[in-house]
Amino acid sequence: MDALDLARWQFGVTTVYHFLFVPLTIGLGVFVAGLQTAWHRTGKAHYLRLTKFFGKLFLINFAMGVVTGLVQEFQFGMNWSAYSTFVGDVFGAPLALEALLAFFLESTFLGLWIFGWDRLPKRIHLACLWAAVIGSNLSAYFILAANAWMKHPVGYEVVDGKARMTDLWAVLTNSTALAQVPHVVAAAFIVAGGFVIAVSGYRILRERRMITDGDVTVPMARPARGRGPADPMMWRTSLRAALVMTAIAGAVVAGTGDMSGQLLRDQQPMKLAAAEGLRHDQKGAPASIVPGVEVPYVLSLLAAHDPNAEVQGIEDIQRRYAERYGEADYRPNVPVVFWSFRVMIGFGLATVGLSLLGLWLTRRRRGTPDWFARACLLALPLPTLAIVAGWLLSEIGRQPWTVQGELLTAASVSPSVSVTEVAISLALFTALYGALAVAEGWLLARHVKAGPEPVVPAPRVPDDAEPARLAPTLMY
Amino acid sequence: MDVTTFWFLVVAFLWTGYFVLEGFDFGVGALLPLVARGEAERRQALATIGPVWDGNEVWLITAVGAMFAAFPAWYSGFLSGFYLPLVMVLAGLIVRGVALEWRGKVEGRERAVCDAGIVTGSVLTAFLWGGIFGHMLSGTLAGTLVGGALSLSLAMLHGGVFLALKTTGPLRARARRAALTAAAVAVPAAALALPGVPAAIGPAGAAGADWTAHPLVWAAAVAAMVALAAGVALVWRRREGWAFTATAGSITLLTATVFAVLWQAPLPGLTVAGAASGPYTLGLLTWIGLIALPFVLGYQAWTYWVFRKRVTA
Repeated sequence: MDALDLARWQFGVTTVYHFLFVPLTIGLGVFVAGLQTAWHRTGKAHYLRLTKFFGKLFLINFAMGVVTGLVQEFQFGMNWSAYSTFVGDVFGAPLALEALLAFFLESTFLGLWIFGWDRLPKRIHLACLWAAVIGSNLSAYFILAANAWMKHPVGYEVVDGKARMTDLWAVLTNSTALAQVPHVVAAAFIVAGGFVIAVSGYRILRERRMITDGDVTVPMARPARGRGPADPMMWRTSLRAALVMTAIAGAVVAGTGDMSGQLLRDQQPMKLAAAEGLRHDQKGAPASIVPGVEVPYVLSLLAAHDPNAEVQGIEDIQRRYAERYGEADYRPNVPVVFWSFRVMIGFGLATVGLSLLGLWLTRRRRGTPDWFARACLLALPLPTLAIVAGWLLSEIGRQPWTVQGELLTAASVSPSVSVTEVAISLALFTALYGALAVAEGWLLARHVKAGPEPVVPAPRVPDDAEPARLAPTLMY
Repeated sequence: MDVTTFWFLVVAFLWTGYFVLEGFDFGVGALLPLVARGEAERRQALATIGPVWDGNEVWLITAVGAMFAAFPAWYSGFLSGFYLPLVMVLAGLIVRGVALEWRGKVEGRERAVCDAGIVTGSVLTAFLWGGIFGHMLSGTLAGTLVGGALSLSLAMLHGGVFLALKTTGPLRARARRAALTAAAVAVPAAALALPGVPAAIGPAGAAGADWTAHPLVWAAAVAAMVALAAGVALVWRRREGWAFTATAGSITLLTATVFAVLWQAPLPGLTVAGAASGPYTLGLLTWIGLIALPFVLGYQAWTYWVFRKRVTA
């Protein structure tokens, strides 16, 4: 193991970990904002209960997304200083814009939302949450545009061994970014939708069991928390809303995934070949379902919308790259890329299938069958594994390049940082992240289990009234 | 003014904003076990920074992001050069952030764990920032330690004044006393460190370097000292609003002095011009920044206005 290997492991560990929380933040924020909007428009108390219940889960998770994001921003300079020096002029700009235009919005207005329940007029308070979630989504755009540039560098020239930006607009409207941003953001909505589906399914089962057992005393035995069985229709509301969100997001993911596949054929043929395990250039290339099971012409059809189109194979691309960029191994870890691709598509489709099934089962005021409520629990792990696999496919498939065709990963690492230093930080972050993951999972589980707190609709605060003291509803 | 100079000022401005704003929330975190007795007072103390600390931290993210975009060589040299201290800073900020967010969602012993996380994260990070900049300017262990002691005690003074300004009751009185105690460390640490900062413009460690060569830098260092003394005097006289203005001014002037030195050489062997991005990138970022910054400052100021009332226990 040298510093390069450890730095790559650290990047992988911290990025995948960061990416466990961020999609949930992005999607759940919009979901909670939607719930609060519904409450604002209808005045129905169960919307308020749902807003506060999912709002709390959102905030527990939000904290993790923020603090692990700090590591990401620092890591480029700490472990990859050669990369940062080379690309800073281009790659740094979207990062700076993310902080200036998105993070300030997100954190400032979220603080106002958390503490503003009794301080701000209702409309302004709702607008604060919308401003915060717009910030989250905007930040996804900037960081994904920066990431897309690594896969398909545009709008720059290399001067004195450094990339110099020549066209910011080209960077922000990179074809790869335009396919990738909606793909990843919609996938984030599936992750959040799956989370709400699983939580709602769990609550439906739990409360149904409490009622049918005639065992209402079980929840009531904990009056200290004041949490009892909720309105059973409440969970149906959140379940249906999340099923709709997941189904719509599924359509966007499929459409943009198709766009990405076609871009890969031109921009990152090696990744496409590795994802399909295609060894040699082939016209009318078949799609491989699992090794040994192939469907003729489908890969060509997917990659070029033409069943007879030629798709490049790994070994032939390797030969061409060696001629063009010099002798080296330009093949990524093919089995990882191959299987990530299948996990992404398989688990993603399964989640969307589950949501369509749920929409059919619960149509026109029909109740949720027990077996489906149980199946809802699968909506928690499936999309999360799918989106993580998507990142592994995307980033491991890019290897050995950090910037496709311009800069190799091996040339990107910090020359001045020692193996010991990277090992210390890798060990520290892994241990810290592991402990925090356990704490977060346990905290979320406990709040889901406890259920929502009873909500007494607060009297409307007149705009000029000054409550005697700060009484935050969700924190401290 | 050319665009490189302008962006150096932007980076300095963002770091200054970070130290002034997160400075007081670090201070509140570090003072928590010293000034707040019992759960009600701890909640009271933390409620003063609850709505704003996360927004304050974005100043750091923006400062580092601006360094990446405008001075890639400075960004990468700084971050890879101070590798292990920055790993510790990140660990401190992670523990602190999670503890602050989760504290209200747990009870009993878990709350005590969160409090420990808030205190450790605040103390560690506040000390490390001063240590890192102290080392950058002096290159010596003594400079590192004095810098760390200065930034931690200054944060505690600044945070104590903020607490006294934002609370009522016994907490307010204890916060004021704690601020005065912190000042007993901050004033001598500043007196020790400040002459060394402008002197670092010369060869490192050349204390007592000719002040006539850079009179403005020396003036800023002296003004920082004066503002600090004024802050202490004002908090003594219970003028908390003005005292907070003075401690904020002192941190601003101190950071200005540090960046005036870094302007000569942001890192050994590196010039600001040599570290800068191309004029195209800097020009565009300038326009976007000039349009966006008033909004950012506006809504952050509005947050402080919304939560302007004192917090009672």
